[in-house]
Amino acid sequence: MPDRSQSAAVNRRHFLAAVGGAAAGGATTLPGTGDAAAAPAAEAAKSSDPRVPHTVTLTINGQDHQLSLDARASLLDTLRDRLGLTGTKKGCDHGQCGACTVLVDGRRELSCLRLAVMAQGRQVTTIEGLAPDPHTLHPMQQAFIDHDAFQCGYCTPGQILSAVACVKEGHAGDDDQIREYMSGNICRCAAYPNIVAAIRQAKTEMGA
Amino acid sequence: MQPFLFDRAGSVAEALRAVSDATVIAGGTNLVDYMRLGVVSPKRVVDINGLNRETAALGRITLDHQGLRLGALVRMAEAEDHPGIRAHYPVLADSLALAASRQIRTMASLGGNLLQRTRCEYFREASWPCNKRRPGSGCAALDGLNRQHAVLGTSDACIATYPGDMAQALLVLDAQVELTGPGGVRLMPVAKVHRQPGATPYLETTLAPDELITALVVPASPWSWRSRYVKVRDRRSFAFALASAAVALDLEGDRVKQARIALGGVATVPWRAEAAEVALVGKPLDQTTARAAAVAAFAGARTRAHNAFKVPLGQEVLVQALLQAGALQPPPPTTRNGVTHA
Repeated sequence: MPDRSQSAAVNRRHFLAAVGGAAAGGATTLPGTGDAAAAPAAEAAKSSDPRVPHTVTLTINGQDHQLSLDARASLLDTLRDRLGLTGTKKGCDHGQCGACTVLVDGRRELSCLRLAVMAQGRQVTTIEGLAPDPHTLHPMQQAFIDHDAFQCGYCTPGQILSAVACVKEGHAGDDDQIREYMSGNICRCAAYPNIVAAIRQAKTEMGA
Repeated sequence: MQPFLFDRAGSVAEALRAVSDATVIAGGTNLVDYMRLGVVSPKRVVDINGLNRETAALGRITLDHQGLRLGALVRMAEAEDHPGIRAHYPVLADSLALAASRQIRTMASLGGNLLQRTRCEYFREASWPCNKRRPGSGCAALDGLNRQHAVLGTSDACIATYPGDMAQALLVLDAQVELTGPGGVRLMPVAKVHRQPGATPYLETTLAPDELITALVVPASPWSWRSRYVKVRDRRSFAFALASAAVALDLEGDRVKQARIALGGVATVPWRAEAAEVALVGKPLDQTTARAAAVAAFAGARTRAHNAFKVPLGQEVLVQALLQAGALQPPPPTTRNGVTHA
């Protein structure tokens, strides 16, 4: 039974990744997103036309991606819709829920409030890049499973990345401090006591 | 979101050339939200985050015997975590730690935090009349839902609350902003930065359109360690203040020599409560004098249908802040970052 649910999850993820990839391919034909090859010349001329896209290299989970982006695109939408990295979730899209939390140069940020063009030159880590290898979970991921620190799971990628940063910042000293420094991540299912317990466990394993 | 031109400024000079006809972006936590809501629609946005590569001081915190200098591009979280600021300017460290969420504080610059919009929910929702968003369209809050709104410094055109926390701390520390413009650099007291709404609520600051905040400058004072920020919210964390108070006290024995008091969550601007300061000077600090000062602080309050509770709440918050500041102990002479203070 556990094996079956495991394989179902993997299939769903592969399905979504494939769909995301297809969307990314299709997006280049939309007006405004343009053609990556044409963009540098247009950009060099300092275009006064906002339809001219920006050529940006984003470093996501250690891998460089050259993209042609509308200035309006958020890092969140770019991760999900252009790169197929759907682990980062869109909750409120206004910086109020924390579901879209990613690490930028190791610090936690809200990808919905960051323009993707402003992520150039930064190291972005999403939930897909947190584990050290495909067969090992990060201690925080394992702790969330061990403590059943979620129900629906929608806020979980943001919770986990925020929690990793919380520990690294040195703000996981006690339960009160964990609660205060995790207040930017809302859990609609109210798994808060379990989340606090998971962070406490992972903190020890992360050597903090 | 309306389309816009995006550019990066590589130097302060380049940023200054752009600033009068473009919107500057640093952390973007306020601006991107409003652009997405259609509340603001700049034609051109200039990213100034690269400026500290040319001018390192923009991203630097320096603390010495003369005081504290915070580059405008320092992030709220960096200042919040600084051990010297925590030891010598606790009101500032607390005002930062109690603001927004850690993710937002990681992104938001100090210059941008000071300039965050004075706002209410009717401002954020573009379908309502709002004299701040659409001058002359009216104010939906006056006779609308106004529980969050200001009771001090209001006008018939706008009753939105200044929502920030850090500005109140800067007020009680007598801080100044360093402004860089085409004519050079000037210092201006933080107390002069914000404008009350009057008939022009869309004008929120006194900054010239071609000026950029490049630093916050906090003078050292022998009693800045005796400072405190107390904030009360609808929930315990990650919410705007219903009422807050920043205080800094110079005590001689138990007597107040000087007091600085600023209120948040209750006013249209970071609100210096001078009448309350005067009420305390020369008196011993206790429940009775603190309460008298709190009453003086709200003497001019004008309440609306849903926000009258802010007067007693704001008074209580101020009493707590004063008594807590009075009970503080001085920091050890040497702090972990190696800066020695007398």
